[in-house]
Amino acid sequence: MQFQGTSDYVATPELRMAVNAAIRLQRPLLLKGEPGTGKTMLAEQLAQSLDTELIQWHIKSTTKAHQGLYEYDAVSRLRDSQLGVDKVHDISNYIVPGKLWQAFTADKPVVLLIDEIDKADIEFPNDLLLEIDKMEFFVYETQERIVAKHRPIILITSNNEKELPDAFLRRCFFHYIDFPDRETMQEIVAVHYPNIQAELVKEAMEVFFDVRKVPGLKKKPSTSELIDWLKLLMADDIGVDVLRNADTKTAIPPMYGALLKNEQDVQLLEKLAFMSRRKG
Amino acid sequence: MLIDFFETVRKAKVPCSVREYLDLVEAVQAHLAFADLDEFYALARLCLVKDEKHYDKFDKAFSAYFKGLDDLTTFMDEANIPQDWMRKEFERMMSEEDMAKLEGAGSLDKLLDEFKKRLEEQHKRHQGGNKMIGTGGTSAFGANGYNPEGIRIEQGRSRHKKAVKVWEKRQYRDLDDSIELGIRNVKVALRRLRKFARQGSADELDLSDTIRSTARNAGYLDIKMVPERHNAVKILLFFDIGGSMDPHVRVCEELFSAARTEFKHMETFYFHNCLYETVWKNNIRRMNEQTSTWDILRKYGNDYKVIFVGDAMMAPYEVTHVGGSVEHWNEEPGAVWMQRMVEQYPKLVWLNPAPRSHWGQGGSLGAIRQIVNEHMYPLTLSGLEEAMRELSK
Repeated sequence: MQFQGTSDYVATPELRMAVNAAIRLQRPLLLKGEPGTGKTMLAEQLAQSLDTELIQWHIKSTTKAHQGLYEYDAVSRLRDSQLGVDKVHDISNYIVPGKLWQAFTADKPVVLLIDEIDKADIEFPNDLLLEIDKMEFFVYETQERIVAKHRPIILITSNNEKELPDAFLRRCFFHYIDFPDRETMQEIVAVHYPNIQAELVKEAMEVFFDVRKVPGLKKKPSTSELIDWLKLLMADDIGVDVLRNADTKTAIPPMYGALLKNEQDVQLLEKLAFMSRRKG
Repeated sequence: MLIDFFETVRKAKVPCSVREYLDLVEAVQAHLAFADLDEFYALARLCLVKDEKHYDKFDKAFSAYFKGLDDLTTFMDEANIPQDWMRKEFERMMSEEDMAKLEGAGSLDKLLDEFKKRLEEQHKRHQGGNKMIGTGGTSAFGANGYNPEGIRIEQGRSRHKKAVKVWEKRQYRDLDDSIELGIRNVKVALRRLRKFARQGSADELDLSDTIRSTARNAGYLDIKMVPERHNAVKILLFFDIGGSMDPHVRVCEELFSAARTEFKHMETFYFHNCLYETVWKNNIRRMNEQTSTWDILRKYGNDYKVIFVGDAMMAPYEVTHVGGSVEHWNEEPGAVWMQRMVEQYPKLVWLNPAPRSHWGQGGSLGAIRQIVNEHMYPLTLSGLEEAMRELSK
């Protein structure tokens, strides 16, 4: 199995290396990077290109590790016993398999995405060490051992809100997705909008990277914002010359709402525009 | 196999264990990278480095290890560069921290002379068979971050037109957490603070409410949970203001006020150089709107965590003597006031914007450090984290 990027997703050589190494050596791959650099997207595209299922486990601040294995619904069993329901005698009726269980028992190797692992409690990754290492776990309620039929390909994303424990990191491969450079960005745009005018892309890209360079922005526009913005520009049929003029005269790019998500950032840009006008 | 490389990486303080090394060997054996340095770089980084903050150290180690003989010769060809050009390049490369180091080494001219001398020396040593520049810290310029970048610049002009390798770009410099807090990494610092503020929260079963509602429900179970407890941390901040500290204080103020919503209470006070009997809340009206330090000690209980931000650089008598203050006549020495704070608040740290290597042992800084029980931390990401860990212990 080799991942080469797909027709909808541009992967840098380093990212391809990371994914292929993770597949070959059967290690989980931990991905970090600026928001909007396509960490979650990678899992979808990987599953698609390997023609397999994607199981997504989105982590929240309240998520516990064992929820990924299974949950024993004691409360509904208690209630059922009070109501005299028959299935109460078999405990396995109240075992709800979690995402890891699903991934372990799938018929072919699946892609398991553990999304935003840093949102969870600090002990969360530690609680999954053994399961990820041995690819098996034990259900105490039913005295049953769940062993992975096929090792799933595990992708883990993190936004750096918490440090992950060393023991956990040691078991993973780690890749930091860089913000794409200009050439990669052009490729990405070509993938999403194949028939966009080359000229427009070039001008838009310049404006985009200029905006990213503005010091003190709270949230720099990222790839997904660029793509949204291009979509708007195309829908509005804004010509190349407008873009060029906007850059020098008013310094506020058209449809900036798609690029900047923060009121203060917009104000900052306006202020800078005002100053550059006074200079000019 | 690759043991030397592994050791070079470890020597560069990239935390990697035998397990990571074996991973790398296994990966190489699986022919994931074969006879291609770029691929090997990607693979080695993937296996050995587990946090982007170590990428920069890894890049340096990698370039030190693989910096071959031919690079060195092109470097030598360019060794007789005009002084002006060199100076320009030097200044362009220098970051703030380097400038600080520069002051220690004398003037720029002296450093440039030294650099030229060192170049010639290295030329000789190269003849003697040493193939690398700057390994093992033989050159003072390595410490200035000169080594990898310097080579890059020379290469840019070399006849060979060699492309810059990824690891020579050192693009992960900002992610290294031992550099000082600045605009670029303030966001990461904020995350550390939020992590600190959110500790100790958990989902809880509200037992009494569950019993009550189950009873009301005619014996049928009705589970009640209470939401997670957030924002339990109360903070007192004291900033040393006036003079050289101002830019640092501003960064710090921004940082904490951005994290403000994460704390239950946060109060900010200012002082000058050392804490005395009064502090103030508004720096513009510092002379007429002062708060007595006694009032603070009485008003805020000992569950508050206290953070001082200051460089603690002053004349020793400002700490130890009655009347030592540069601004007014103080009845009691600053040390007494600091001591009272330490006794009242068991969780107290001092953040110092000056790098740890400048602290020394004696003087006012040593005295303050002793009073705060050595809980003084540099104002860097890792220092901030250490401080927060201490506070939340």
